[in-house]
Amino acid sequence: MIHSLFLINHSGDIFLEKHWKSVISHSVCDYFFEAKEKAVDPEDVPPVLQTPHHYLITVHRGKLFFLSVVQTEVPPLFVIEFLHRVADTFQDYFGECSESVIKDNVVTVYELLEEMLDNGFPLATESNVLKELIRPPTILRSVVNTLTGSSNVGDTLPTGQLSTIPWRRADVKYTNNEAYFDVIEEIDAILDKSGTTVFAEIQGVIEASVRLTGMPDLTLSFMNPRLLDDVSFHPCVRFKRWESERTLSFIPPDGNFTLMNYHVSSQNPVAIPVYVKQSISFFESGPCGRLDITIGPKQTMGKTVEALMVKIHMPKAVLSANLTATQGNYTYDLPNKVLVWDIGKLNPQKLPNLKGILSLQAGAPKPEDNPSLNIDLRIQQVAISGLKVSRLEMFGEKYKPFKGVKYVTKAGKFQVRT
Amino acid sequence: MSVQNFPPIYSTVVEIFQWLKSVYKNISFPEKGSCLSSGRSLAPRGRRSCSSIGCIVSVPFGSHNNVWSTGRDPAIWEADTDAVYAALSHHLWSTFTAPEAKSSNEDLKEMLESNKESLKLEAMKRVVGLIAKGKNASELFPAVVKNVASKNIELKKLVYVYLVRYAEEQQDLALLSISTFQRALKEPNQFIRASALRVLSSIRVSIIVPIMMLAIKEASADMSPYVRKTAAHAIQKLYSLDPDQKEQLIEVIEKLLKDKSTLVAGSVVVAFDEVCPDRIDLIHKNYRKLCNLLVDVEEWGQVVIISMLTRYARTQFTSPWKEDNEKAFYESEEEKKDQTEATPYTMDPDHRLLLRNTKPLLQSRNTAVVMSVAQLYWHLAPKHEVNIVTKSLVRLLRSHREVQYIVLQNIATMSIQRKGMFEPFMKSFYVRSTDATHIKTLKLEILTNLANEANISTILREFQTYVKSQDKAFAAATIQAIGRCATDISEVTDTCLSGLVLLLSNRDETVVAESVVVIKKLLQTQPTQHSDIIKHMAKLFDNISVSMARASILWLMGEYCERVPKIAPDVLRKMAKTFTAEEDIVKLQTVNLAAKLYLTNSKQTKLLTQYILNLGKYDQSYDIRDRTRFVRQLIVPNEKSGALNKYARRILLAPKPAPMLESAFKDRDRFQLGTLSHSINSKATGYQELSDWPAVAPDQSVRNVEVVEPSSSESEEQSSDESDETSSDSGKSSSGSEKSSSESEPEQKKKTKTKKAPQKKSKAAAAVTAPSFGPVKTHELLHHMTGKGLSAKYHFPRQPCLYQPSMVAVQVILANSSDHSLEKIHIGDRSPAGLNIHCFNTIERLEPEASVTVSMGIDFSDSTQAANFQLCTKEDQFSVSIQPVVGELLMPSTMSEQDFSKEQGKLLGMNETSATVAMATANTSSQAVSKQVLSVANVGVVSSGPNDLHRFAGRTVSSGALVLVSLELKESSALLTINTEKSVMASMLLRDLKQALALARLYPRFWVHRRFTHDFTLKFRPRCTTNAKRASDPDAVQKNTFVKVPST
Repeated sequence: MIHSLFLINHSGDIFLEKHWKSVISHSVCDYFFEAKEKAVDPEDVPPVLQTPHHYLITVHRGKLFFLSVVQTEVPPLFVIEFLHRVADTFQDYFGECSESVIKDNVVTVYELLEEMLDNGFPLATESNVLKELIRPPTILRSVVNTLTGSSNVGDTLPTGQLSTIPWRRADVKYTNNEAYFDVIEEIDAILDKSGTTVFAEIQGVIEASVRLTGMPDLTLSFMNPRLLDDVSFHPCVRFKRWESERTLSFIPPDGNFTLMNYHVSSQNPVAIPVYVKQSISFFESGPCGRLDITIGPKQTMGKTVEALMVKIHMPKAVLSANLTATQGNYTYDLPNKVLVWDIGKLNPQKLPNLKGILSLQAGAPKPEDNPSLNIDLRIQQVAISGLKVSRLEMFGEKYKPFKGVKYVTKAGKFQVRT
Repeated sequence: MSVQNFPPIYSTVVEIFQWLKSVYKNISFPEKGSCLSSGRSLAPRGRRSCSSIGCIVSVPFGSHNNVWSTGRDPAIWEADTDAVYAALSHHLWSTFTAPEAKSSNEDLKEMLESNKESLKLEAMKRVVGLIAKGKNASELFPAVVKNVASKNIELKKLVYVYLVRYAEEQQDLALLSISTFQRALKEPNQFIRASALRVLSSIRVSIIVPIMMLAIKEASADMSPYVRKTAAHAIQKLYSLDPDQKEQLIEVIEKLLKDKSTLVAGSVVVAFDEVCPDRIDLIHKNYRKLCNLLVDVEEWGQVVIISMLTRYARTQFTSPWKEDNEKAFYESEEEKKDQTEATPYTMDPDHRLLLRNTKPLLQSRNTAVVMSVAQLYWHLAPKHEVNIVTKSLVRLLRSHREVQYIVLQNIATMSIQRKGMFEPFMKSFYVRSTDATHIKTLKLEILTNLANEANISTILREFQTYVKSQDKAFAAATIQAIGRCATDISEVTDTCLSGLVLLLSNRDETVVAESVVVIKKLLQTQPTQHSDIIKHMAKLFDNISVSMARASILWLMGEYCERVPKIAPDVLRKMAKTFTAEEDIVKLQTVNLAAKLYLTNSKQTKLLTQYILNLGKYDQSYDIRDRTRFVRQLIVPNEKSGALNKYARRILLAPKPAPMLESAFKDRDRFQLGTLSHSINSKATGYQELSDWPAVAPDQSVRNVEVVEPSSSESEEQSSDESDETSSDSGKSSSGSEKSSSESEPEQKKKTKTKKAPQKKSKAAAAVTAPSFGPVKTHELLHHMTGKGLSAKYHFPRQPCLYQPSMVAVQVILANSSDHSLEKIHIGDRSPAGLNIHCFNTIERLEPEASVTVSMGIDFSDSTQAANFQLCTKEDQFSVSIQPVVGELLMPSTMSEQDFSKEQGKLLGMNETSATVAMATANTSSQAVSKQVLSVANVGVVSSGPNDLHRFAGRTVSSGALVLVSLELKESSALLTINTEKSVMASMLLRDLKQALALARLYPRFWVHRRFTHDFTLKFRPRCTTNAKRASDPDAVQKNTFVKVPST
């Protein structure tokens, strides 16, 4: 299965390598570098590459490439999913997944990788199991360890590894018992020039942060579960209960986890929270173009739209932007040709507007196509699909936990074509 | 103190701290010669520094003195301690990762050989850092390998990492460590055993192959499923080291495939795939088990099992696709179809089992699992059922870019064959300007595949946006796609063509060129009245510089030169001028055009043709010289050219078949979906071909499992050894009372199915199995008189406890016989204090005359000491106690006769207890014997021949110690032997069994009551009693104590 792993940064340095079978020379990465050269953007590098003796499967996360070498047939998604899981684990352990952090914790990283795979096949990927094996580094612990000589490495088999619920460790204890759920919905939409919706859908996710003592058995039910069209669950959710009662019944992992992902059925019309009036035009004569964008609220369910941001990938020929914004700031990132207009809170009384001149490279032909606008926004305290959690019950333990549900709506891939 | 004279290594924070302190007090920097502001206290900054110290400690400490004397301006040091610390740790990092000089390795050697644990650990951390960087640290091997037996677990693990990396290079030295691992393989701690096996099998030294083989064989019979899982991994490692061991390894695989633990299942299938994928016969007997376990196997195991089962199913079942035509009529009801057709297709129940058990996995969070289920349905399910995977696949498109890439590739292949599957989700494949190029192209591919008469206008409108994209490669791909739509759907050909012609006036050259190429192909498919377009293209010709496009136009001119008689010669004239400057492909087409014109319009073009042929004759490219020579011979008549000349016209101007515009994914379906081979579109090493359906299904009965074990079908649920959390599925509700209801009906069906088949074959064996469920004996926990209307009874359901494997499951039936409802029934204080009880959920309300069954788990720690606890309602508290019967502290264990004898051999001497029993006459039949034994103890029957020796095996619930019971019948008496480490339990069990066997007929349930001859003392007191009082106040107890006589 997975033979070796190389971690490569953006400038093409291999800064960590790990082999689970015999050692493979890092020259195998040259094929990857070749492909990377060819690609305009790091995102454009094909995830699966074939070399004479090996296959390279790459994942791009947080400016790092996780490159795994495979020698024989294996489902590529298996490897990709695993690599992302590795990145998630680093994130979980060190707070971020970046080159410097990995270098700082190289020993822990190595110990983790050692536990996660045996002979290229995943051994322990559950965060709760791993944390019992190798405790995440904290300042306090490293000081204590050096003084007492104890280590970060456990010497017994994690309880989860053998139980039916590997995601939860035994003997969890908290003084404050809390269970928080965030219902986060994202609107994916494509609007065309005239503002009509070409395509819109809502994808949701329930993120949970559960810190409860013992072995709690939770049941989360919805007011309107019918809205949910397609779902995927954390392994802890009892699928049969969902099928029969449409409630989520589960023994939660300890800590943060994604409880479920869902897709809202496409029968319901999707509320588009903002409208955009825009005109971008480039003139045949003279090296300039004009831009005028106004954003206003549309269906916001009575809440304010926050963290509004517009991102425009400009044509190559655009050299600079001389604009005035009635609200917020704009920046133009010249090397990447990205115009970002950070608006902030949307005030329905005074609609934000961005207007001005775009100057083009002299002599370059007028851009064929107007750039499309990517919109980012957030609406607190509302799930745009109308999904509501009706209750959360706990069985199996006697204390009363603090419970909380939060709703947020965000823009996912929200694009306005111009 | 001079900076240069530091002790080389600082290993503890205290030392660092003290050192820094000393630096701050009286350090003198060599360069500036100045002092830091002396006497400056670190105290107020102490806390802030902590974080930086954390940094330093996490970075192995360097010993390069120059780190400290970097000649920084002291002002910086003074300015911010934190910055200094940060800089220090940064420097340390760079020394540690910088190309290590020899001296530093010497250093490490010294540290490793010191006798301070912390120094060794520090050194090992640095060594691992070197390995991680890909630096060579092999020279440290002797120093490192000495630490392999270290007590410090972290140090040990790091040494393991090192060993695995370098053992291959230093084979002789590596052998030094082997004995340590061999010793560790016998450790009582399963984790140590497993990691020893992991490292031992990872050391790629061929001398130790026999040792590895032995270790694997032993580990594959280990009690801990985790060790067995490691053994499964080790099989592959050994196989890659020495393929000659194949036969022996297959035996181990065969054994492990029978393993019931979910932990092992995935790993052993990987080993199977690697070592002997063609030994499909090993799977037969385990097929149903694997299907049933699948939901509970960890996600990575699921992926490999599913793809293995896909291959298996394709060899074992007949095709469900045969009557596709008929299916349209009987879409849903298979039965109906069966009646009407002469040779009905009925799906093998095992085939159905696989489909049913994989379906829930479509909801997995692991994209690889979802994909593998999707491919299973694609390759195995009847056509009308494949659609259920669509939604899940579309869902995966929300995931990471790499996941999208693979999923889109698979959808592209699927959508060629089955447009209908993805058509409703067409909009999900709309391209966003932010998508990566390869994602865009794949989406385009799928949209083109999905195009039909109904949606083509929508798709074309969408394509119009794409054509304008800034990503020109993508725009070009869109034009190709439009061309494909135009050929596939004749209604829109004209629309597409005119659209493409419009694109000819596009400013971007790649777009124009691509349009020309596509138009050429389109015109070729319908060469009717399109002279306008050709004329238009001729006009454009001067402006187009992309050679492929120019060549295409020239070819069009030549091919349809009779339709544009005026323009073609003029184009040729222009080409004659620029001929030498053109690309090869254009030159070839020019020669072609000249030849064709010469044949149709020799009057105007004769001279031009000759001129071009002359130019071509002396061209640098031999292709062109060749072509020129050939064309000249073909078209210009002279004495040498023979018969061919007459046919020149027929050769050059023959009607040519139109090129097919097809998807690049057309032939990808030759690979199993979801595989690496499918992704790269060529056969990857180790790819297993998916076989075609067999015409006639092979014998189905091979999958029937002989019921050799006493508890095969039903008691898989309540099964054997400690590992068997297997079937207690996570999807099941955990509270026992609801369990049966939430367990799905299909599962039950399947059970009856698995049972039916074997019964035919092995009636005798099945008969013995039947009594594996002893009668459930209910015991009183709380009488309704004492309990103020609340009564409680309990029994041992003999199921593995859901909460913790070491607990005994107890079901309590609570009933309310009072006239008012009871509220908040829950469990209160317990004693002994450390008693581990998993309580049932608080029952909010129990109506009069109602009863409820709840389940709880109690860890009796293998003793018959009673578990005392309080049963509380809103108002009252009742002390109750559950005293377990020794037989209920066991779990049945399944083992073969040989294993039994082997284990028995290990438990002789002190561990053996035996007695002679006078058997009641009715108890002499083997059935009666097992019935009696099973009623006393929760053990499993070990199958044996038809002799008079009966064997039973079990494990204690808490510690997992084996308990072996054997009964040898002799005339009217029998010799009862119990082998176990737990001698107290053995004697108690012996007593119970003796009574049961001797007296069972006369006093059927006598033994139950005997065990409970002592009184239950039930205390209750009003709620007002304070906690402190409750425990100690004898008065309170006195007043409210009721003595309960055990009921009969």
